[in-house]
Amino acid sequence: MGQPQRTADDKADFKRELTEVVPHLRAFARGLCGRADMADDLVQEALLKAWAAQDRFEPGTSMRAWTFVILRNAYLTDMRRNRFRGDYDEGVAERVLTAPAGQEEPIHLADMHRALLTLPPERREALLLVGAGGFSYEEAAAICGCAIGTIKSRVGRARAALNTMLSEGDVPQRAIGDEGAHRAILEELDGLAAGNNVEERA
Amino acid sequence: MTHTENTGTRGAASFAPRRPGAGSKPGWSNGLRKLYDSVVEEPLPDTFKDLLAQLDKRD
Repeated sequence: MGQPQRTADDKADFKRELTEVVPHLRAFARGLCGRADMADDLVQEALLKAWAAQDRFEPGTSMRAWTFVILRNAYLTDMRRNRFRGDYDEGVAERVLTAPAGQEEPIHLADMHRALLTLPPERREALLLVGAGGFSYEEAAAICGCAIGTIKSRVGRARAALNTMLSEGDVPQRAIGDEGAHRAILEELDGLAAGNNVEERA
Repeated sequence: MTHTENTGTRGAASFAPRRPGAGSKPGWSNGLRKLYDSVVEEPLPDTFKDLLAQLDKRD
């Protein structure tokens, strides 16, 4: 694809939009990996990658969706290097989730985050995108490089699992590193390597 | 100003949830958004401000 030379204005627009999505990247990353410090490292990595790849961003499209793909790929790469395996830090999460003034049920948020972190990663990210990030199934499917039906199924299973855990008060005290989930995401990575993801197509 | 108004990243107001298939929402579904929004609303750490400020100098 012939990339037109970006003007200084284009760059300024890109920078502004990138700056605006940083809080959203932090929120997505924290939901994905459970530790605030690692999540922020991941976001910084994603920002540098996004900046380096800015010529591939189509002005007028969603910066949030575009950068989420980059963040997700960085996360998957780090997962593959075992960086996040079983690395949920209870103390950090409790601190992070201690609600700001005015928030009614801080305990429930902590339970929620723990429950979320017990989900297989691909279900967790699907639920984060749709249920927390407000993306449509279509957008979430584009971000994850999979079919809409796959996203729907993952969200459905994630919701069912959370229903069970949260309504029955059966939240594990610690998130567990799930070998099966890990395998699933590695298989998915092989799919990504085969070229069916948004970032590479763009 | 370019055509970037509909990117869905324009701050809290444009961030209203779309709820595909949300029939009877369980009590915790709001918590999921709160979890996300609580991070979105955190003040940005200086490390990010520094990083963003340095991006222009990188190329």
